[in-house]
Amino acid sequence: MEISFVIEKFALVTILFAISLLIAMYSTYAERKVAAFLQDRLGPDRAGPFGILQPLADGVKMFMKEEIVPSNASKWLFMVGPGLAMLCACIGTAVIPWGQDLNFDGRIIPLQVTDINVGVLYIFGVVSLGVYGVMIGGWASNNKYSLLSAIRAASQNISYEVAMGLSIIALLLVTNTLSLREIVEDQHAWRWNVLYQPLGFLIFMICSFAETNRAPFDLPECETELIGGYHTEYSSMKLGFYLFAEYINMFVSSAVMATLYFGGYNYPGMDWVAAHVGPIAAPLIGTAVLFLKIFAFIFFFMWVRWTIPRFRYDQLMNLGWKVLIPLAIANIVITGIVIAVVNF
Amino acid sequence: MESLSNKKKVLEQKPLNFAERMYLPAIVKGLGTTMSHFFKKSSTIKYPEQEREFSINWRGMHSLKRDEEGKERCTACGLCALSCPAEAITMIAAERKPEEKALYREEKYAAVYEINMLRCIFCGLCEEACPKEAIYLDGPIVPSDYLRKDFIYGKDKLVEAPLEGK
Repeated sequence: MEISFVIEKFALVTILFAISLLIAMYSTYAERKVAAFLQDRLGPDRAGPFGILQPLADGVKMFMKEEIVPSNASKWLFMVGPGLAMLCACIGTAVIPWGQDLNFDGRIIPLQVTDINVGVLYIFGVVSLGVYGVMIGGWASNNKYSLLSAIRAASQNISYEVAMGLSIIALLLVTNTLSLREIVEDQHAWRWNVLYQPLGFLIFMICSFAETNRAPFDLPECETELIGGYHTEYSSMKLGFYLFAEYINMFVSSAVMATLYFGGYNYPGMDWVAAHVGPIAAPLIGTAVLFLKIFAFIFFFMWVRWTIPRFRYDQLMNLGWKVLIPLAIANIVITGIVIAVVNF
Repeated sequence: MESLSNKKKVLEQKPLNFAERMYLPAIVKGLGTTMSHFFKKSSTIKYPEQEREFSINWRGMHSLKRDEEGKERCTACGLCALSCPAEAITMIAAERKPEEKALYREEKYAAVYEINMLRCIFCGLCEEACPKEAIYLDGPIVPSDYLRKDFIYGKDKLVEAPLEGK
């Protein structure tokens, strides 16, 4: 292995990590602003111009808070929980192709940490690991509300993973590959997968809402029933890690949705742009477009949160098992038949 | 039972049809509603910089008035203290000396006049009781403070500023 390869990847990982954290930070700010605007309010506007420094103030607050470990908690697991949640949230960005290859005078630098040929499965694995952070945290707190919430989170995530996986199978029938880079390349020039798999996308999106524990599926942390949810007993930066992990999850699942269904870094007219602006600027424009799509999804997450009230637990389970899974299976069958007929 | 007012309407709950059971049209409509609020003007008043206008009969902090020559109107008759349902007002009367003629309108004046703002309920009865039109509740909101003793407002805070040029 060349040393320059290691440096390249290390730099990319560092940048991605920094961007994830930055976006998570500013998602908290955006969430409050969006919530405020949707409710005819102003939102935070005191720290800096338009309250732009609010996330920093929140961060400082989190660090300065007293760190409390309940005396009956399992100390080791109590510490592992938030770390695991954060870790699982962050490693999801590794397989997402952030742009076309950068070409520095023949030296090609891919804007993707690793292009494994089972990228979709990797994302799935990471997403399903994410629930362990919640489970461990909720169990280690030795608090009945935390435990209830952790159980809820686990059953919710497992239920919706099934429908999510089934909706992906229909997508894979269309794309014929599990590599995210190839899936994106296939969507070049308006062949976006959402046009071929609208139902699959809908199911996938609903499941991502459930997987990221966002409203209307935020039962693991519903304040009215469970105080704070699985992080009731957490304080200081451990709590901050849980909240951060939720926003990073939102970022990653937005990125996955944009990559799988909305063409990733592809945008209309990109060939013309690539021919005119040179080999380094063109991929970066593609990356910017991908980020625009991601921000649009993040905004949509927030928009939905402040529109739809929370599901009841039985409604959640009904939707998952009795509606989404049959729909996803029907989607697979229909996709299969259509592909067979077209290729016949 | 039969309705006497004839205003009762019986609502029939129809079972949802297929489109309604999908919920998606309703969700899209809801998203539209929230988005329409996104572009509405916010009703926030940025308080320290901007203040909401009070109505004309708003009762705020008391002020002890002066007459047109700048003399204090209060004669320490005690009617305000007597009328006060919250027992918030106390005063000590004093006799005016000849050289103080420019300061007080009548021979008797309030040497000490205190209102406990924590007791005051801003009912305005002192204003109504005053025969000399000396007290009005026309000030701002009474500010917050840390200590109980600081809520007892004396003449330094209550009496109107002297007239210009006096």
